[in-house]
Amino acid sequence: MKKIENILKEIRPEFDFTESRDFIIDGLLDSFDVITLVTELDKAFGISIDGIDIVPENFASIDAIAALLKKKGVVL
Amino acid sequence: MNLTFKNKRVTGILTVVPAKEVRFEDEMGNYNFTREQSVKLQKIMGFGAHRIVDDGTCVSDLAVFGLNHLIQNGQLKKEEIDALIFVTQTPDFMMPATSFIVHGALGLRHDVYCLDINQGCAGYLVGLQQAFLLTEQANINKVVLVNADILSRKVNKRDRNSFPLIGDACSITLIEKGSGSEQPVYSTIKIDGGNSNVLTIPAGGMRLPSSAETAIEEQDEKGNIRSKDNLVMKGDAVYNFVMMEVPPMIADLHELAGKEISDTDYFLFHQPNKFMLQKLADKLKVPYAKMPFNVVEHFGNSSGVSIPTAITFNLAQELRSQEYTVCLAGFGVGLTWSSMLLKLGNLDFCEMINY
Repeated sequence: MKKIENILKEIRPEFDFTESRDFIIDGLLDSFDVITLVTELDKAFGISIDGIDIVPENFASIDAIAALLKKKGVVL
Repeated sequence: MNLTFKNKRVTGILTVVPAKEVRFEDEMGNYNFTREQSVKLQKIMGFGAHRIVDDGTCVSDLAVFGLNHLIQNGQLKKEEIDALIFVTQTPDFMMPATSFIVHGALGLRHDVYCLDINQGCAGYLVGLQQAFLLTEQANINKVVLVNADILSRKVNKRDRNSFPLIGDACSITLIEKGSGSEQPVYSTIKIDGGNSNVLTIPAGGMRLPSSAETAIEEQDEKGNIRSKDNLVMKGDAVYNFVMMEVPPMIADLHELAGKEISDTDYFLFHQPNKFMLQKLADKLKVPYAKMPFNVVEHFGNSSGVSIPTAITFNLAQELRSQEYTVCLAGFGVGLTWSSMLLKLGNLDFCEMINY
């Protein structure tokens, strides 16, 4: 979980991701940030997140991102 | 719609790109991004340089330049042209059709069949399908297919969604009747007109003619600046459409042809950006070496011309002397998604030139 948080901080250092309940609705991540996040997660965990899974709800919180990674077989 | 064509040959492909190259680094200041965001996006999306026409250059200029290049080099005899198809979203005029302008500029025979098609990212596939259909006629042996777009003139330079990736280009493809020994060409096409507003230029047609009012620039909620005269792309919707529809389309195409995806030598897809193509390759389990995704980086996404640009940039030499099984796929405005599986190679010419 810490690894996910660190990646998020690297993408948008100006935001505190622990304070938000929905990164998309709260405006912490836009669609370009999500693409950057996917690329960083793919690299960090040695996976390729399916294109079809790149939808806002899968990146709305650290828990949602963790669930997506678990779906790809990542053990957190 | 599934389509099968017999006794068809593609005999040459030429791409014409504007010599003027504009680099993403020089445009970063136009967009509502921090420099750090821009640099990251540059790597992920593959933004590099894009080719842009000078003001005043039209698609017919690129096409006539390319056709004269082929005629002067003896690769095309104008008296052998039986049909001319011109696929574009950026015609010279509302009327006459651009194919007529090219017909006049080249002084073609009066019995040449001329046809304009308004198509975008799937325009190479639609153009090939129409060319194959025309060669069913006894009097039509050789078809010239021109794909050309200069969308840089319709995209706002401060639209970060679209301008960094847009490119201008023209391609000329020759299609002929085969000798009878060719393998069938398999193709698919689907349309979703209910989502035609996902990629649109709102003003400039009869529904909303261009005016001083439609030229007023506005900022959207994401910080993109554009007017109603400019192209609007709902990037998220386009992305979702591509990821939902393209992988099953490619699987269905191979099933139609009775082939495995692994049997195909190259996947020459429309070039929206590097990220999307890598995701498609991953989903289809296609090695990146079989699916070029370097067109946006070097030339920009030239809509219906991006597939021939990918071909002439990556495989020009090989396709002049060898033959490969290739899978073409185009997807975008319409919405349209189309694919084709064919043998391509031993071409009389396969080249890219600067305008």
